[in-house]
Amino acid sequence: MTETQGTASPSRRALIGWGGAGLALGAAAAGGAVAMTRTGNDVDPAGSATGVAVDFHGAHQAGIATPVQDRLHFAAFDVKTDDRAEFVQMLKDWTEAARRMTAGRAVGDGAFGGLAEAPPDDTGEAVGLKPSRLTLTIGFGPSFFEKFGLAGRRPEALVDLPRFPGENMDTSRTGGDLCIQACSDDPQVAVHAIRNLARIGFGKVAVRWSQLGFGKTSSTTPDAQTPRNLMGFKDGTRNIAGTETDRLKKFVWVGEGDGTDWMTGGSYLVARRIRMNIETWDRTSLQEQEDVFGRDKGEGAPVGKAKEHDEPFLKAMKPDAHVRLAHPDSNGGITILRRGYSFTDGTDGLGRLDAGLFFLAYQRDVRKGFIPLQRKLSASDALNEYIQHVGSAVFAIPPGVRDKDDWWGRTLLTEEA
Amino acid sequence: MRAVRLTVTAAATVAALTAITACTAKSDAKDGDAIQVTAADSKCDTSAKSTPAGQVTLQIENKGSRATEVEILFPDDRIVSEKENIGPGTKYTLTAEVKAGSYEIACRPGMKGHGVRQKLTVTGGSAAERNPKLDKAVADYRQYAQDQADETLPRVETFAKAVKDGDLEAAKKAYATSRIGWERTEPVAESFGDIDPKVDTRADGLEQGQKWTGWHRLEKALWEDKKIGDEEKTLADQLVTDLKDWQQRVGKAEITPTSMANGAKELLDEVATGKVTGEEDRYSHTDLVDFKANVEGAQKAYELLKPVASTNDAALTTELDKQFAALNTLLDKYRTDPAQYDFVSYDKVTKDQRKELSDNVNALAEPLSKLAAAVVK
Repeated sequence: MTETQGTASPSRRALIGWGGAGLALGAAAAGGAVAMTRTGNDVDPAGSATGVAVDFHGAHQAGIATPVQDRLHFAAFDVKTDDRAEFVQMLKDWTEAARRMTAGRAVGDGAFGGLAEAPPDDTGEAVGLKPSRLTLTIGFGPSFFEKFGLAGRRPEALVDLPRFPGENMDTSRTGGDLCIQACSDDPQVAVHAIRNLARIGFGKVAVRWSQLGFGKTSSTTPDAQTPRNLMGFKDGTRNIAGTETDRLKKFVWVGEGDGTDWMTGGSYLVARRIRMNIETWDRTSLQEQEDVFGRDKGEGAPVGKAKEHDEPFLKAMKPDAHVRLAHPDSNGGITILRRGYSFTDGTDGLGRLDAGLFFLAYQRDVRKGFIPLQRKLSASDALNEYIQHVGSAVFAIPPGVRDKDDWWGRTLLTEEA
Repeated sequence: MRAVRLTVTAAATVAALTAITACTAKSDAKDGDAIQVTAADSKCDTSAKSTPAGQVTLQIENKGSRATEVEILFPDDRIVSEKENIGPGTKYTLTAEVKAGSYEIACRPGMKGHGVRQKLTVTGGSAAERNPKLDKAVADYRQYAQDQADETLPRVETFAKAVKDGDLEAAKKAYATSRIGWERTEPVAESFGDIDPKVDTRADGLEQGQKWTGWHRLEKALWEDKKIGDEEKTLADQLVTDLKDWQQRVGKAEITPTSMANGAKELLDEVATGKVTGEEDRYSHTDLVDFKANVEGAQKAYELLKPVASTNDAALTTELDKQFAALNTLLDKYRTDPAQYDFVSYDKVTKDQRKELSDNVNALAEPLSKLAAAVVK
C-alpha cells in the first residue's frame, strides 16, 4: 500500500446538491466550493489543501507507516455478543463508517436533516471539519480468540505480555478484545470517530478503556522535526520511516510464512500507558537528564556527537542510558516502529499531573520486538526512576482493507478463509 | 411526557453550487400550501386562516425591529411547534404535522408575553390519516398509565402512614415499592411539569429557593438522618396530595405514538443517568427497584407499539426483543424472587457489575432510540 497522503481532498462533504433550486452562492471560499446538503453530512466552508484525507484502503492498514498525525484517541473494547454473524455485521458496519469518516464524510445519512423523530446517524461534531488525515486502525487482542471458536486461529506471535519489573498495572486500563486507534491532526475528528464507532457497536461491543493523546512523540517522517516527549527530549530519532519499505517489511509487516496466513500484511501492536513522574524529572539537573537519555537536550545529538542524526557511539553513553539500552545495536538488531503520544489526564489527586506517554509500538512479532526490549529496559534503564508502566495491551493488527467491498477482519472471520 | 410537541422539521437554508452539482428542485415541496407569516413589532399577519390537516408549513418573515418567536398553539396554549429567536429581517420555514382542529399562530416580538395571535383552523382529516393500530396503542398506554397511578396511591398511603406513625422500619420498607408505578410511567407524569419537582426532586436538583419535598426528601430523613419529625409527617401528607393530583390528571395527558416511543427511550435515559450511577436513591440504595420499573414501563410502551413497528422495521423489533430480554435476565440476577421487587442494595453492586448493567442499558437504549421513527414511517 502507499500511505497516501496528499490525494485530493474530497473534504467533509459529498458533492451532491440538494434543494436550493439552483441557488448559487458562487465559489465564495478560497479555492473551494461551498455546498451544504440537507442531510448534513457535508459542510465544508473551505476545501483547502491542508487537512487532506489518507486512503483507507490498501495492503496494510493506514495509521501504522502513515506519517504520524498530531492527535490520538485510542479505545479498547470488549465483545458483548456471542453471535458471530452479528459481530461480523458490526465489523462491516464499522468498516463502512470508517471508510466514510476517513474520507471526511459523515456516518450513514449524516448529522441532521433526516427524519425528525429519529436520532441522526452521525453525532455531528465533525461537520464542517476537514478529514484531517484521520486514520482508523483495528486490532484483535488475545482475549478475542477465546470467542467465536477462534482459539485455533490465534497467532503464536500474539502472546500475553509477561509481567515486567516495576510495572503497576491498573486493570481498568489494561487489555481488551478489540482496539481502534484513531489518529488525526484535529482532536475532534479523532474523538468523533471513536464515539461513532462505539455507538454503532452498542450491544455488540462495549468500551473498556480509552486514551486521548494530545501530542505525537514519534515521527515516521525523518525529514520533519523530531517531536519531543513530556520530558522535553526528542523521541524516535531513529524510528522506522514510512518510506523505508525494506525496514517496514523486515520489522513491521507480518510476512507470508510467518505462521499465520490471515495476518499476512498485518502487524502487532503493543500499547503501554507510561506514567511519567514529571515533577521529579523537572527537578533533575540537566546533566543527569542528558545522561539518562544519552542524548543532549537541545539538539538531540547522541553523547559526543554534534547532530541529532549522527550515528550514536553507544559506549560513550552511561551503561544504563535509555538510548544505549534501547538501541538496535544493543539488542541484536531489534527494531520497532513507535507511534506514541503524550497524555495528561487531570491530576493524580496529590497535586501532580497524571501525565506521561501513551506508547504505541508496531512490530512483526512481539516476541522478537517489544518483549525482549522491555525485559532489558525494565531491568536496567536509568529512566525507570522517573516512569512507571500503568496500563498495557497487545493486539494483532490484521492486514489492510483492500477495497470498498472488503471489511475489517475479513481474513480472520470469513468462513472460507 | 416532555415530548408534547409534534413533529417539527426545520428546513435549513439550503444552498448548492451550480458549478459542481446538478441542481434539482425540491421534489416534495408544497410551496403553494405554505402559510406566509409576516411578523412585526405589533402585528402578526398570516396569509391563510385555514389549511388542510397534515404537514403545515409556515414561511415566516420578521419585519420587526426585535427578534421574535413564532408558535402554533393548541387552544390551551400547549405548543404544537415553535421557532424561537428569529432575528429582525430574517426568514424561517417552520413545518409541523398538525391534526384537524382549532389552533392559533402566535408571534411574540421580543420573545415574551402573550404576543399577537391569529386563528388557524385545520380542516378535514384526509392528510392526518389515522392508524387504528396506533390509536389502540395510545388508548392502551393511557389506560396503563392510569392503572399505574391507581395502584400507586394505596402504596404511597401505606408509606405515608408509616412515616406519620413514626415507624422508621415500616417506612423504609414501603419506600421503594411506593415509587414503582411512578417510575414506570415517569415521562407521562413529567409532561405536567409541576408534579415531578414536588414529588421526585433530588437534593442536587433543587433550584434556588425551592423547598425540598417528596420521596427523596423523606428518603434522606429515613436513611441518613434516621429520624422522623413533624416536618417529615407533613411532607408525607403532601406527597399523597401531590400524587392524587397526578392520578387525576394522567387521563388527560397528551399521548401520541411518538411520545410513547420517546418516553420509552427517556426511561432508559433515566436509568443511564440516574440509576446506573446510584444517584437516584443515594440514601436507600434501592436504585435497582427504580431501574426495573423504568425498564418495565419502557417495555410496556414498546410492546404496545410493536404491532406497527414490526411491520415497518422487523429487524429493529427483533433486536429490541432480544435486548429487553437480556436486560431483564441480568436484572433478575439481583433478586431472589422474580415476583418480588426485593433487589440487592445498590451499594453492594460492584464497579464491574455496574459497568455490565450500563453496557446492557446502552445495548437496549441505542436501538430503542430508533423506535419512534419505526412507528411514524
